Amino acid sequence: MPRAAAPAILPGSGGLRGALSDLFWRKPKVLLLLMLLPPLLWLGVVYIGSLFALLAQSFFSIDEYSGLINREFTLKTYGDLFQAANLDIILRTVTMAALVTLASAIVALPIAYYAARYARGRWKALFYLGIMLPLWSSYLVKICAWKLILAKEGILTWLLGKLHLQWLLDAWLSLPVVGGNSLSVSFTGTFIVFVYVWLPFMILPVQAALERVPGNLVEASSDLGASPGQTFRNVLFPLALPGIVAGSIFTFSLTLGDYIIPQIIGTSRLFIGQAVYAQQGTAGNIPLAAAFTVVPIIIMGFYLWGAKRMGAFDAL
Amino acid sequence: MRSDRGQSAPLGLKVAAACGLLFLHLPILLIFVYAFTTEEKSFVWPPPGLTTQWFAVTWNRPDVWQALSLSVRVATFSTAIALVLGTLCSAAVSRTKFFGRETISLLVILPIALPGIITGIALRSAFALTDIPFSFWTIVLGHATFCVVVVYNNAVARFRRTSGSMIEASMDLGADGFQTFRHVVLPNIATALLAGGMLAFALSFDEVIVTTFTAGQQQTLPIWMLEELIRPRQRPVTNVVAMVVMLVTLLPILAAYYLTRDGDQIAGSGK
Repeated sequence: MPRAAAPAILPGSGGLRGALSDLFWRKPKVLLLLMLLPPLLWLGVVYIGSLFALLAQSFFSIDEYSGLINREFTLKTYGDLFQAANLDIILRTVTMAALVTLASAIVALPIAYYAARYARGRWKALFYLGIMLPLWSSYLVKICAWKLILAKEGILTWLLGKLHLQWLLDAWLSLPVVGGNSLSVSFTGTFIVFVYVWLPFMILPVQAALERVPGNLVEASSDLGASPGQTFRNVLFPLALPGIVAGSIFTFSLTLGDYIIPQIIGTSRLFIGQAVYAQQGTAGNIPLAAAFTVVPIIIMGFYLWGAKRMGAFDAL
Repeated sequence: MRSDRGQSAPLGLKVAAACGLLFLHLPILLIFVYAFTTEEKSFVWPPPGLTTQWFAVTWNRPDVWQALSLSVRVATFSTAIALVLGTLCSAAVSRTKFFGRETISLLVILPIALPGIITGIALRSAFALTDIPFSFWTIVLGHATFCVVVVYNNAVARFRRTSGSMIEASMDLGADGFQTFRHVVLPNIATALLAGGMLAFALSFDEVIVTTFTAGQQQTLPIWMLEELIRPRQRPVTNVVAMVVMLVTLLPILAAYYLTRDGDQIAGSGK
């Protein structure tokens, strides 16, 4: 008794829902387009649109007498960037970013190396959380904590007093550029807090890079008679370098743009971020503020290009 | 046999790593102590006395509650928007190859790869050019833009581990696209979305730089803290709030870690 075979192709499920479902199955491009449309509209129009609005304004200029913005394209505002005072700000910020990056790399290496090579099981998880928690804990709270540490009557002064090392701090604070009234109003303070806040951004990529180094490479090096220092210089460091460059993208870029840290812990001499904030706020000079922001964008453009050539993106 | 002793770390490395970790953690713990100090005006260490009165004082400050409520509402809306946009984007990028795919992944990362001040001032100048007044929604707009990336990163990692053949099997068994999404795709990516959502919430709850440019007169909790840091009224109150902010952001981070710890990474952070 032959039964009717099930049709090879099922009928459509019917209804609007079925029709849509069938359409998406037959034409995946339609589905793809529908999926991409909202995020593209949001990021493309809102974000990229804003960036272009900003870029456009950097070609406007401000009328020095009326304080009104002249909406004609000119390079005058960019010329203002090269005034001595503004050039100073740019130079100061870039120097700080470079120093912070260097120090972060030095502090990050032992933590990352220990986590990558020696930490196992529960310790590994502990290390991971030990880096993630400071990374994700509130940025302002961290700055607040350092204000408490670095202030004149704060914990560091107390500690150095107990150790009878107060003279060391005083000597350091009397130095011209890095010193100041107390650590919380000096470049030294700004530097320490920058390193502290961005450090986890350096540890994670360096750890990722070191985790890919097979342990027997280090053993082979020492079997062949290299001292630990030689092994580090000739084997580990070159292999960790892409990770360091990847981490430096964050430490460098974040220092270039930050304005809260130097405002709360720092001197009255400005950084790029503070200049941007002051120009767009109190001074009302949006074109100059916009031109200032183009500086980190350009620097980061070159930096990312260089980092990509060094293969740092694979270590991200 | 030099290589035999390679199993335990050299002492110098241990000390350096331990010092580094202490450097990362001690300052945060300090805040907790300072929330209990009896000294109101300065940062004296060690605290002359300990008290819990600042918790009561903070509890009775309406400005703290207003800021907290605004922060929670902003973070909720931004997270919701980021979840929708991030999921759509990650589904599109991970399932198909198409022209401009690399550009889209760059586009998602850009708001956190560039310094926050650029995102902030770009949005502000766009609001000025288009005559959009500052409001609750301008803050949400800014926050959602950079929250997308954490949802995206978590979801993309999970999509990569989810086999496409499951979706095909579901379709072969007669489910339509919506049923497949509801019963196959969604359960698979649910924990990644939850983790991404919590990270987005924490990110928005803590964000200050973009907010200063998009908030106008309103104060989120971080903006309130920033004001207090620059023009202090009652320092211990700031420390109590700081402690609360820490706890509110850390709990979601821990939860997100436990949700994604097998294989995924909690990536995509920055200011």
